[in-house]
Amino acid sequence: MSSASTLANYLGQTGRLTLDQLAGMGRMFLFLVSAVFLAFRPPAKIRLIIYHIKTIGLDSLSVVVLSGFFTGMVMGFQGYYSLRKFNAESWLGSATALGLLRELGPVLSAFMVTGRTGSAMAAELGTMRATEQIDALYSMAINPVKYLVSPRIIASLIAMPLLTAIFDSVGIYGSYLVGVGLLGVSSGSFFSGIENSVVFHDVYSGFVKSVWFGLIITWICCYKGFHAPPMATGVSQATTESVVLSFVIILVWDYFLTSIML
Amino acid sequence: MIRVANLHKSFKGQKVLKGVNLEFATGKITTIVGTSGCGKTVLLKHLNALLLPDSGEVLVDGIDLTKLRQKELYKMRGKFGVLFQGAALLDSMSVFDNVAFPLREKTKTKESEILKKVEERLEQVGLAGMGSKFPAELSGGMKKRAGLARALIMDPEIVLFDEPTTGLDPVLATSIHQLIARTQEAFGFTGVLVSHTIPQVFDISDYVAMLANGIIEEISPPESFRASQNPVVQQFIQGKTEGPIQVL
Repeated sequence: MSSASTLANYLGQTGRLTLDQLAGMGRMFLFLVSAVFLAFRPPAKIRLIIYHIKTIGLDSLSVVVLSGFFTGMVMGFQGYYSLRKFNAESWLGSATALGLLRELGPVLSAFMVTGRTGSAMAAELGTMRATEQIDALYSMAINPVKYLVSPRIIASLIAMPLLTAIFDSVGIYGSYLVGVGLLGVSSGSFFSGIENSVVFHDVYSGFVKSVWFGLIITWICCYKGFHAPPMATGVSQATTESVVLSFVIILVWDYFLTSIML
Repeated sequence: MIRVANLHKSFKGQKVLKGVNLEFATGKITTIVGTSGCGKTVLLKHLNALLLPDSGEVLVDGIDLTKLRQKELYKMRGKFGVLFQGAALLDSMSVFDNVAFPLREKTKTKESEILKKVEERLEQVGLAGMGSKFPAELSGGMKKRAGLARALIMDPEIVLFDEPTTGLDPVLATSIHQLIARTQEAFGFTGVLVSHTIPQVFDISDYVAMLANGIIEEISPPESFRASQNPVVQQFIQGKTEGPIQVL
């Protein structure tokens, strides 16, 4: 009898947990739908969009440039080491460019933006929740999703591809410096390899990924901040969860996008 | 007129409001008093539907807020001004921009008129010339004044005050109370005040309502409230721990 009731308790708890998780996912999805719908509904918040392009784009620029440069340099070393085994060092430019444009550029710049700006979004909205600023917007008959979230979504859709393009360019330059400057790969073969192997679809798939990742970062970080429990630990918890969940969903979504656009 | 009927609200199984019935007189100040954590702010947040009840009605001019669609609800919220406990100023904006914010977002008022109106409100709350300051640069009392200026900028019919004097010294608390009374007289709004600073709050209230154990135990003018024989009211006024109020 007691083992049966233990089992029933266990099943009950598992069921409740599953329902809670499903309800949470549903709320997250509805939040996204509402934010995207409101983003394209007048009046457009042009000033706010420009302000958030600055916070997402310009403020993340230094970290994106730095990480792109070193990623490219590491790719120069690793690519040279691998390609030399097949006497194919001249393909270094091609390998670096394809790797960055198709995969590493969008993913790593998304990680950088999540750490630099996404966490700040979650913390800012979480603090606004804790200090009743979001309630104040509601009470002034202003939809806080339209005012706080929608402009960030549009801004991220604009800023993220630009940051990714910068990451790619700086990364290729970093690889060039290591491959050509340090390891003696011919400059001509480095660039001709890029010219011969990179096609429009490679650039396009990186662009599509960066747009999706921009949406994912803003969606998750804003959702977590917006619904943070109104206390100091709630804000810190929301910030951590937003970063971890963004990383995971970026990688999962990257797999699906890659498999579709390969 | 605002009327609350049989309002029930619970959080994670804990019942906070257990059938609140209350009417707020138009053009008067009604103060809801009660012990800390008794649900005063929860009740206040139901009045402009920042919280929705588990059951019951919140009627504003005969319209039940709990049954409105989002668009209609936003329209109804236009009737309200709210002064939050911590003022809830948007900290990315200056005091001027905070006060001007509802006008800029909800109306097509010209900037020259906004400038005039905001400066007028700032002067009325004693913050003339402070418009360029940011919330982080203001003292607690100044934040409340700025919050009040913002609450009044749209000339609301109803103003909700959530513990407007919490965290202020007695002198500043009295000045905020006087400011509320003065502005109510000037604008004629229906004021709903949540407070536990008695007896000071009696001086500016037309009615005092006592919330305890999830229901309204008493509502009457301040003089009758003080003289009430209701043991709950007497326990609260005298600050006794023994009595019908469950002390958490």
